[in-house]
Amino acid sequence: MSALIVFAFYAAVFIAEQKLPPTSMLFTVLKKGAVYALVAVSMNLLNGFTGIFSLGQAGFMLVGAYTYAILTIPVAARASVYQYFNGGMIQFTVPFVVALLLAGCAAAVFAWLIGLPVLRLKSDYLAIATLGFAEITRAIFQWNQLGPLTNGSNMLRLFPIFNDFNIKDASGTVAVYLSTMMPMLIAGLCIALLVLLINSTYGRALRAIKDNEIAAEAMGINLASHKQLAFCVSSFFTGIAGAMLAMYQTSVQAKSFTSAMTYEILLIVVIGGVGSVTGSCLSSFLFVACSEWWLRFLDEKQFINGFEVPLLRNGFRLVVFSIIIMIVVLFFRRGIMGTKELPDLFKRRRAKEATPHD
Amino acid sequence: MWKTVFPYMLSGISVGGQYALIAIGYTMVYGILRLINFAHGDVFMVAGILMVYMATALPLYITIPLVLLLTSLIGFLIERTAYRPLRSAPRMSAMISAIGVSYTLQNLVLYATGGLNQFYPKIPFISDSVRITGATTTMVTVITPFLTLLLAGILVMLINRTKLGMAMRAVSKDFETSLLMGIKIDRVISATFVIGSFLAAVGSVLYFTNYSTVIQTSGAMPGLKAFVAAVFGGIGSIPGAVIGAFLIGICENLIKGLDVILFRLGLIAKPLGLATFSDAFTFALLIVILVVKPTGLFGEEHTDKV
Repeated sequence: MSALIVFAFYAAVFIAEQKLPPTSMLFTVLKKGAVYALVAVSMNLLNGFTGIFSLGQAGFMLVGAYTYAILTIPVAARASVYQYFNGGMIQFTVPFVVALLLAGCAAAVFAWLIGLPVLRLKSDYLAIATLGFAEITRAIFQWNQLGPLTNGSNMLRLFPIFNDFNIKDASGTVAVYLSTMMPMLIAGLCIALLVLLINSTYGRALRAIKDNEIAAEAMGINLASHKQLAFCVSSFFTGIAGAMLAMYQTSVQAKSFTSAMTYEILLIVVIGGVGSVTGSCLSSFLFVACSEWWLRFLDEKQFINGFEVPLLRNGFRLVVFSIIIMIVVLFFRRGIMGTKELPDLFKRRRAKEATPHD
Repeated sequence: MWKTVFPYMLSGISVGGQYALIAIGYTMVYGILRLINFAHGDVFMVAGILMVYMATALPLYITIPLVLLLTSLIGFLIERTAYRPLRSAPRMSAMISAIGVSYTLQNLVLYATGGLNQFYPKIPFISDSVRITGATTTMVTVITPFLTLLLAGILVMLINRTKLGMAMRAVSKDFETSLLMGIKIDRVISATFVIGSFLAAVGSVLYFTNYSTVIQTSGAMPGLKAFVAAVFGGIGSIPGAVIGAFLIGICENLIKGLDVILFRLGLIAKPLGLATFSDAFTFALLIVILVVKPTGLFGEEHTDKV
C-alpha cells in the first residue's frame, strides 16, 4: 500500500515537471526538499535510532559537496574556476555516479576519523564536539594554502547540475524534463537503502543502543563498532546529500556550510518526529515549502482596501516561521509522525475496522 | 619578540574577559538544568542591538542600565516561555527548544535591522585610547579583566554565602531532592537566568565597544566559544568558566597573530594564512580536553549508577 503511494508520488512529480513551467516554485521546493530529506533521514538514523546526538552534519555536507565539485568540474573550465591557483591541482574528471559515491566515501572517511575520539562522549559533549569538528572542517576548507585543491575561500562552480539531466532533442530545446526527477530518484534510492538498514538486525542493535547502552552491551552488542557503523553510514549519505546540495545551488563555497544549516536539519528531524523516516521526509518538504514558498506573501506589503497592513515587510516571513517552529517544538513535541512510519497509518485503520463490538 | 606578542595578549585578555561573562551564564544554567542554552549567545547579541537602538533616543547614562535591565528581563521571559514547559520532557526537547529560541531571536533581529550592519555607539571613557608599554589599545582592554573578576567574585560570594546561592548549589547537586526539601525551584531557576543574562549584557557592552558592528549573527561565535570555555574549565564551575574563557581568549588572539609572530621570529618566509584557524583552534582545544579530561579543568568526577 505504501509502495503504491510512493510510486504515485513519483509519477505525479514526473508529470508535473512536463506540464508546469520549469521556473515554478514547486520544483525549487521539490529539489531542495529532496536534498534536505536525505540529510534529515541520515540525521534521524544517528539521532533517532542510535541515540547519538551529533551536530556535525554541515561539515559532512561540506566534504561531500567539495569532493563532488572538485572531481567533476570539466577540465576545460578549471582554469577559470581556479583562477588564483593556476588551474588547480586536479586535472581530470570522473563520471557522475562515481563522483557521487566518492563524495559519500570522503564524508564517511572523515566521519570514521572523527568518530574515533568523539563517539565515547556523553550526548551533550558529543553534540558540541561534532559541532566543533564541523567548524574545524569549514576552516580547513577555507584555508588558502589548500587553494590548488579546494580553491581556498573562492567559489567552486561550473560542475554538472540538475538541469544538465534534461533530455534535449536535436534542436537544443528540452524534450523531457528530468531536473526534478534526478534529485528525487537519488534521494529516494538512498532513503530506501537507509530503511533497509534500519529494518535489519543492525537496525535493531542500534535501537537497543539508543534505549539503554549498558543493557545493550550486556546483551553482547559491540557499542563502539555499531556506533562507528551508524556514524559512518549516516555521514556517507550526508556526503551524497551535500553533493546534491552543490548541484542544486550550482556553486559551492565553504563559508555557507555553517552550523545554522545543521540546526535547520535538526529542526526538520524534530518536527517530523525523531525516529520516523516518513516524518523526516514529510517535514523536510513542509519546512522547505513554508520557508521558501508559502509564506512569501508575508515579505511584501499587503493592502486591504487601500490600508497598508503593518509589520509586513522583508524578513517577516522568517519571524512567523520561527514562531511556528517554536509552537511545534513546545506543543507538538512528538512531531508530525511521532515514531510511526507510513505503513503504520494503514495498519491502525484496518485494526479499528476489525475490532468487534461487545 | 615581547613587543610583537604583547598586543595580541592584551586583546586576548580583553576578549577573554568578555567571553567569561557569557560563559558564566552557560555554566550556571547547565549546572542547574543540565541544558545547553543555545540561545544565550543570541541574548548577548540582542543586548547589543537594544543598545544601538536606544542610544539614538536616550542619553548613555540611562541606556546602559536600561539595557542591562531589559536583557535580564528577556532572559527571564525566555526561560518562562520556552524552557519551563519542557522541564519534565527529555533533555533533548529542551535543547531543541533552545535552538528554536536562538533561531527566533536571530530572525527577529534580522527583521528589525533589515540585515544591515548596525554600529554600536561610542561610549566615552571606555573607548578612549590608552598606551601600555608601547602597545596602543582602548580602555576597555584595561577595564574588562578587572570588571570580570569583580563580578565573578561577587557571584561566587553570592553562591557561597547567601540563601539563594545555597539553593542554587542544592538544585545543581540533586534536582528532585531539592524540590522535596521545599526549595522554590522556579525562583532559583529564574534567578539563574536573570543573573546569566545580566552578565551577558555587561559583556556585550564591553565586547561591542571593541568590535563595533552588530548584526543578527554576532552572537553565534562568541556564544559558542564561551560555551567551549565553560566546558574547558569544567561545566558547572564558575571559576573554571572564567579561567577557561581567559585561556581561550588569549590562545585565539595568539593564533590570529601567529603569522606575524612566526615571521618576526624568522621561522617562516611568508604568511601562511594561519589566522583562519583561530576559531578552529578553540574547537580543537575543546576536543582535546573532552578526550583527555572530559570533566574539564576544574570539574568534578561524576559516576553513573546503572
